[in-house]
Parts: sequence; structure tokens; C-alpha cells
Amino acid sequence: MSGEVIGVWIGAILTLGIFSFLYKDNPFYKFSEALFVGISAGYWFVVTFWQYFVPKFWDNLALAYSELLTKGRVDYHWIYLVGGFFGVLMLLRLVPKIGWLSRWSLAFIVGTTAGLQFTRYLESNGIKQVVGTISPLLVSGNMNATIGNIIIVVGTFCGLIYFFFSKEHKGAFGGAARVGVWFLMITFGALFGYTVMSRMSLLIGRMDYLFGIWLSLY
Amino acid sequence: MLESRKVFFYLSERKKHVTKARAGKSVTLDLSFLFLIFLALFLLFGQSILAEEVPTAQEEIAIPKDSVLPVPPTNVIAKDIPNDKGGAITISWERSADDGGGAKNVTGYEILRSTKRDEGYEHIGNAPPGATSFSDNVTKDKVLYFYKIRAISPTGTSESEPSALAFSKRQWFDFSRLSLFILSLIIVFAIFYFIEKAKSEKGLFIRKIAGLEAVDDAVGRATEMGRKIIFIPGIMDMDSMQTIAGVTILGRVAKLAAEYEAKLEVPVSKSLVMVTCREVVKEAYLNAGRPDAYNDDMVYYLTDDQFAYAAALDGLFLRDRPAAVFLQGQFYAEALILAETANSVGAIQIAGTAMPTQLPFFVAACDYTLIGEELFAASAYLSKDPKLLGSLKGQDVGKFIFLLAILIGVVFLTLNSVLGLNLPDLRELFKGI
Repeated sequence: MSGEVIGVWIGAILTLGIFSFLYKDNPFYKFSEALFVGISAGYWFVVTFWQYFVPKFWDNLALAYSELLTKGRVDYHWIYLVGGFFGVLMLLRLVPKIGWLSRWSLAFIVGTTAGLQFTRYLESNGIKQVVGTISPLLVSGNMNATIGNIIIVVGTFCGLIYFFFSKEHKGAFGGAARVGVWFLMITFGALFGYTVMSRMSLLIGRMDYLFGIWLSLY
Repeated sequence: MLESRKVFFYLSERKKHVTKARAGKSVTLDLSFLFLIFLALFLLFGQSILAEEVPTAQEEIAIPKDSVLPVPPTNVIAKDIPNDKGGAITISWERSADDGGGAKNVTGYEILRSTKRDEGYEHIGNAPPGATSFSDNVTKDKVLYFYKIRAISPTGTSESEPSALAFSKRQWFDFSRLSLFILSLIIVFAIFYFIEKAKSEKGLFIRKIAGLEAVDDAVGRATEMGRKIIFIPGIMDMDSMQTIAGVTILGRVAKLAAEYEAKLEVPVSKSLVMVTCREVVKEAYLNAGRPDAYNDDMVYYLTDDQFAYAAALDGLFLRDRPAAVFLQGQFYAEALILAETANSVGAIQIAGTAMPTQLPFFVAACDYTLIGEELFAASAYLSKDPKLLGSLKGQDVGKFIFLLAILIGVVFLTLNSVLGLNLPDLRELFKGI
């Protein structure tokens, strides 16, 4: 029996193990789950090491060292030491007395994330949506475009009103917010169907593996 | 009498102090407005003030009518590409009169560059027939260049007159994104203004968010049933705003759990999220006066892998049968698996995400769902912290500006379409973004 065949058998048995959850929790599922979690955790550790630590930190520091040896100075690669410094601070959690220093790294990550995302969100989730919504409500000689534009404008306008938090949803404002909720729910309904169909392709992929590759039924 | 004098003196001094403080505030406010106006004027007109003139005048070249060579391109203009990081010059020209047909039909253009006007021209690129511009993206900043355009035809080639001197430079500001900058400034100022207002007033109004009203009930239910609360902060890392929002909600849930002495468990899929969640939960237990009840093992790492994480959580739900499950953060395909399994064990579920494709599943399978922006508003809603309340109100100002822009923009375009008017198109304001 070749290694490939053994791999297919292991894959099929573990797939059935995970599927057995549909019946109820059982030792077969527990075994498959524990194996899946353990192997994936180890796998992601290796991936993180080779895709982040080595190319982004180690290689750049090695470059800085070679620059220092050849040119007598380091151009900009020293900046990676800052990342390394914050990484070391994270590891200090292992030393309870100075573990609080890891908060600096967390503060740095959370702060830079919020700052960097501010303009990105404003641009993609705000301005681009506004630009996409601004359209004439009446397009002469084109009924489809007229209806489409009205739906987009009313849906976006009322949907945006729903997300006002500092004003109570009462009267006309509340009415517009309710229309916004209808639009949201109709959108969710459409998205539900669409996403379920894409999940079906995942199931089909597994069935294909079991019946086609493992059992060779077709 | 003496007492009343003292009181009067105290009151008058206090009044002076308050008046001074107010005056100081108003001066600060005025200065900041002046600064804003100056900044806006600088941004609007600064480019034209700072812009360096690039001479562009070109002379027409006289070509004998019976020449076999194609008529050379004319009016070659080279100038720095604006709003960039330097290292690029754009060259434009008027096409050769022979571009488009005839025996001397131009088959393409060669772009030539030199640092001297009359010699040393090097070929740096080609342009197809009909082209009238080219970007030289390999220039050295602040080096002066001349450009020539050579028209190529089967009968021979002819070169234009050289362009005027041009050089590339790095710009400090990208003026094409000016509208984004001004909008950001307005929103940031609105946030600061409302934070100050929230500090001075009793509390800004926030409308009711049903999902968050249910947090207390969910924690209370878990306490009564003696079962766990499981909090899942999504599957993304700390560089996701949704994860940060989810972790903020965790702080409130953990504080309630500490107060009610409920059992809280936070399985995570990213190491950084684990560290952050531990800090947040620890602080919440400390604030609740129950640091002794906190244990690092309450927050633990499972795996980075999306479906392995989902499989582990499913097993956890079935074995521990939690009374309440919080799904707050960024989720993908595992959303429905988690929500359905938790639903099958009878857990009360409060979900929140800004992922449009996963929201339908949460809406269908969970008891309460925070939709998009509600997730980000949750921290302000739960904590009533003036800073967060003020920022929420400031964000509403941003939304109001968007609403106004949509309204005016739609009205203008509709009037243009129906009445044939020529009102401005607001979309042009954001053209460079």
C-alpha cells in the first residue's frame, strides 16, 4: 500500500469522524477533533515561524548585519529591531514580575490598528458608498435604471438612519429607520441563500473526496 | 455678616475664575478655528503657491512639404507628476500630422531623455501610434531632464524639439485626497467636541440596542443555571477593528460574570488575542472587586486554523452545554456552525459582527444580533464612558454629513436629469479618492 493510499484512507476516516458529530458527540469525533486541533496548532506555529519570523525579522536583521560589515553603517533595516523589541516585551509575560511590560506591545498594536484603519474605513465604508449612492432618481427613458437608483438611494439613506445612535428612533426618523431595517433584512435573506449555496460547494468537495477519491465509485 | 462677606468674596472670586477659564477656553477655541481655517486655505491654495513653474513653450518646426520623413510631434511638455512620492515625470505631446494614415504613417513613438538640451538623448520607452502621453517612472528626483519624442514611420524617423526642463520631486501632500483629509478633520473635531460635552454634561443620549440590553440577562441566566458563559471574540487577530470591539464587550461581560460569580470561558484562535483577552478579563475581575476569582486558564488558545477552531468549539458546546454564548468579532464560514451548535444545546446567544455575509446566519440562529456598526457602538453603550459616548456622537456627525451629501447629490443629479440644469456633481468632490 503506497503512502498516497494511506493518506487517502486517513483523510476519509477523519472526515467520517468529523461528520459523526451530526449524530452526536462520540469518542470518534473527540479523537478527530483533538487530532485536528493539535496538528493545526503545530502547523500554524511552523507557518508563523517561516512566513513571519524568518523573512520579516531574521532575514532583515541578517541584512542589517551584513550592511554593517560591508558599509560600516546600517541603512534602514535597524527598524526591524523595534518589532523585535516589542516581541521580546510580549515574551516577558513568562516572567510574572515584569509581565506588565507586554501591555506596551498590546497598546502599540491596538493603537496603530485603530489609527491606520480610520482613513481606510472612512474611505471604503463611507465616501465610496456615498459616491456609489449619488445617482439621479429619474432617468428619462430608462425605467430599470430609475427603479434601481430609487432602491439604492432609499435603501442606503434609511439604512444609514438606522445606524444613528444618538437620536431616538421616533416619528419620521423612526419610520425611516424601520424602512432601513427592512432593507437590511431583505439583503440578509438574499445573502443567506447565496452563502448557503457556496457552503454546499464545500460539502460537495468532501463528498467527492469520499465517493470519488476514496471509494472510487465514479 | 462676616460669613456673608466671605461667601460674597468667595462667589465673586469664583465668578472671576470661571469667567477667566471660559475666556481661556474661547481663546483656545478661536485659535483652533483660525488654525483650521489657515490649514484649509493652505491645503486649498498651497499647491498653486508652492508649485514650481515649468516652462512649456514649444516652437513649431518647419518641415519641407516634400520630405519623406514623418512630421515630428509638437508641443512636447514634461512635468512632474503631482501628488506622488517623486521619481516620475509625465510627458505629453501633440501627435505627428502623419499619425493615422498615409505613406509616412507613424507606427509608434520613441521617448528620448537627456540631461543636456542638445545632446546625449537616450531611449527610455515607447508609445503606440495615437498616444499623446508617457510616464517616465525612473527619474532621479531634482535632476533636470529634457525630453524629445521621435516619430517612427516606414520612411524614416523625425524628432520633436526638446521639451523645457523638468524635474521630479516628492510631494509632502497628496492634494487629490484633500476632501478625505478635511472630512477626517471635521469628524475628529466633532469627536473631541462631543467628548468634552459628554464630560461636562450628565450623559449623552444613546438609543436602545436590544442585543446589549440582553447581556445582563444572559449572564444572570448562566449564574442561575450554574453553567458556563462562553465568549468567542472571532477568528481574526488584534489588527481587526471587529476583534478590538469584541474584546471591549468581553470586558463588560467579564465584569458582570465576576459580580454574579458566573463561570466564564474564552477560547481564542490567535495568541495575541489570548494575551489581550487575559488582560481585559483580569482588569474586569479587579474592577469588580474579585481578583481572587480570576484565573489565566479562563482564556486559552485552541488553534489558528479556522475549521479546527470551529470543531473544537462545537465539541465544547456539546460537552459543557453553556447557558450563554457570546459571538462578538470577525467571523467567516464557521459562523453558522457555531451558532447552530450553540442553539442546539439551548444556550442564549448574543452575536455581533460587521461581516455582511455572516450576519444572516447570526440573525437566523442567535437570540440577539449586533449588526455592523452596533458592534462598534457596544463599548460606549455598555460602559457609558464619556470618551466613548462622545466619540459615538462624533461618528454620528460623520453619518449626518454622509446623509446630507447623498441628499444634495441626488437632488442635484435628479434636477439635472429632469430639468436639464447644470448643477454641480458632488461625486467630483471625492474624485481623487
